Amino acid sequence: MSSILLTSIIILSVLGVLLAVILYAVAQKFKVIEDPRIDQVEAVLPGANCGGCGFPGCRGMAEALVKADDFGSLFCPVGGNSTMAKAAEVLGKVAEAKDPMVAVVRCSGSPEHRPRTLEYDGATSCKLATMLYSGDTGCQFGCLGLGDCVNACQFDAIHIDPETKLPVVDDEKCTACGACAKACPKFIIELRKKGPKNKRIYVSCVNKDKGGIARKACSAACIGCGKCVKTCPHEAIVLENNLAYIDFNKCKLCRKCVEVCPTGAIHELNFPPRKKVEAATENAETK
Amino acid sequence: MLKTFPKGGVHPPENKISANKPIEALPLPSKVSILVSQHIGAPATILVAKGDKVKVGQLIAQSSGFVSANIHSSVSGTVESLDAVMDSSGYKRTAITITVEGDEWEESIDRSKDLNKTISLSAEEIIKKISASGIVGLGGATFPSHVKLSIPAGKKAEVLIINGVECEPYLTSDHRLMLEKGHELMVGIQILMRALNVDKAFIGIENNKPDAIAHLQSLETEYPGIKVQALKVKYPQGGEKQLIKSITNREVPSGGLPIDIGAVVHNVGTAFAVYEAVQKNKPLFERVVTVTGKELAKPSNFVVRIGTPISSLIDAAGGFPEDTGKVVNGGPMMGKALSDTNVPVTKGTSGVIVFKETDSKRKAEGACIRCAKCVSACPMGLEPFLLIKLSQRMMYDRLETERIMDCMECGSCSFGCPANLPLLDYIRLGKGEVGKIIRARKN
Repeated sequence: MSSILLTSIIILSVLGVLLAVILYAVAQKFKVIEDPRIDQVEAVLPGANCGGCGFPGCRGMAEALVKADDFGSLFCPVGGNSTMAKAAEVLGKVAEAKDPMVAVVRCSGSPEHRPRTLEYDGATSCKLATMLYSGDTGCQFGCLGLGDCVNACQFDAIHIDPETKLPVVDDEKCTACGACAKACPKFIIELRKKGPKNKRIYVSCVNKDKGGIARKACSAACIGCGKCVKTCPHEAIVLENNLAYIDFNKCKLCRKCVEVCPTGAIHELNFPPRKKVEAATENAETK
Repeated sequence: MLKTFPKGGVHPPENKISANKPIEALPLPSKVSILVSQHIGAPATILVAKGDKVKVGQLIAQSSGFVSANIHSSVSGTVESLDAVMDSSGYKRTAITITVEGDEWEESIDRSKDLNKTISLSAEEIIKKISASGIVGLGGATFPSHVKLSIPAGKKAEVLIINGVECEPYLTSDHRLMLEKGHELMVGIQILMRALNVDKAFIGIENNKPDAIAHLQSLETEYPGIKVQALKVKYPQGGEKQLIKSITNREVPSGGLPIDIGAVVHNVGTAFAVYEAVQKNKPLFERVVTVTGKELAKPSNFVVRIGTPISSLIDAAGGFPEDTGKVVNGGPMMGKALSDTNVPVTKGTSGVIVFKETDSKRKAEGACIRCAKCVSACPMGLEPFLLIKLSQRMMYDRLETERIMDCMECGSCSFGCPANLPLLDYIRLGKGEVGKIIRARKN
């Protein structure tokens, strides 16, 4: 009885030692030498693995950062400038500070502005709905409100407002990873400069129809009248395909375009209320 | 002996309400909008300008590549605009809108009703003529017919199959065409046989159309080489790959084309259009459209000029019933609900179905209970319950290995699902994405 015990203990011990030696030898032979800085950089990155940088995860970004000579287009939108500075410190490189960005929903087609003309009872997916038709209103460019952007957001920063049926971005939570902009089949969501104290001005419409058609479909649509283009003192607004677009790099936040827009398609966010009474109410609306 | 395909299939209620309604000509509308992209492939290039006078059958937009098709005016009148109009896809697309004035046809078109049986053209001339006449697959897929007839080098067509199955419920346009234009159809098939240089052709017809089978069988002796094959009633018997399997017992390989196994399939509507183009010099500018629905006062089969608004078809069939909930373009299985009833009829419009409110609603979605009804229903041997999950999770690599590109979107899976899951919807979504990835890889 005891000899059986003894034999098995000896056999298993010998086997264990033998296999350990083999494993060690193999591990030495096929050792993967990795730059230790990759681990250090990865530790600095947020670890959200959101893909906002264009790499599959933070590890991929860390590898790219270590390999890159200068950071150039490499940027972690979630961590922002502070993270990039830390990564640069680890690697002994310089990171250029970039303006913080935020996702902006460019559609104002709430039910009161844009009456529903059809009823959609298909699966709840904007991508699917765009394959079937152009939308349940007269506007074929506007938001469908089925929430592909909400599903794409990993930071709980975008939600559909039950009243306007439009997505609303939470400035505090949004990291500008761009997942929602990629998920939107109508290309309504755009990453724009966050602006000083979150002050922003943008055209909240993507309708490329001619004025009359656009206006008929939605009372808050950009009708391509060009008033804003003429008013802008900084040449920041371009009119293309019956749609105005404000270049956020040129915009000086003077708010003159907001005043002249006949349909209220140009929105201003986080500005102090205006002195005039009527303008103040309009401002409150756009918020 | 009735033949059928072995895998999957479902039996939706047939509802062929308009089966005994003879084909009538729809009165000319006051205005038509002819889309420049009514076919698979590149949109045609517009040849007319605003204010131009056009005649019936005049070429108004030219094919802009090999996979593209000519577009002819379906009416005589003045070109009113070249603006985009809403089409059945729910988007605005470029169209030629013509105000109708009289009904003046091009002189070259033979308008007599006499049957012309002698085929004088050679194979190349026939294909050229078909291409010039803008003929596309009239079964609904609208693939340019001359492309299908131009056999790639190294391949050989052995058998021509004519699709007279019409397995979609409600639709009866092909059925009526086979009954009323049997001789013309047979000559059209002979023209196609000459173009392909094959000596046998089969007409596949589902067994729920015994009158059409009997009628065409009685013509078999007059037109040697053509055989009528009765098929079991099972949806999707009229799917190209299913029809080939049923009739020849050959299977199109995954990712392959019918010509890989020597088969070419054309619809009966296409064969009739070929007859008219080759023997009567008449380009494709009208087609038979079934307008039907359980509540409709006068379900009918109309010969309709391309570009006629669908609302005028419904008006001619007795107008909208009071509680109309949905108007579907095409059959109930593969068709699509219209977002606007003023969209024009295109070369691919085989039917218009009006559903009442209660019939048009989807049932509430449940959870998948893994009953595998969708798996046994799929005629391509796919696993729809898996594909929908993969599609929702955007696992496109796996979708490709699960052969999602083999799906022909027949809807058999969604039809039988006890949980009413939007199986086909998500499969379509995944298929679109995988298709994009495959195309990007090729370039």
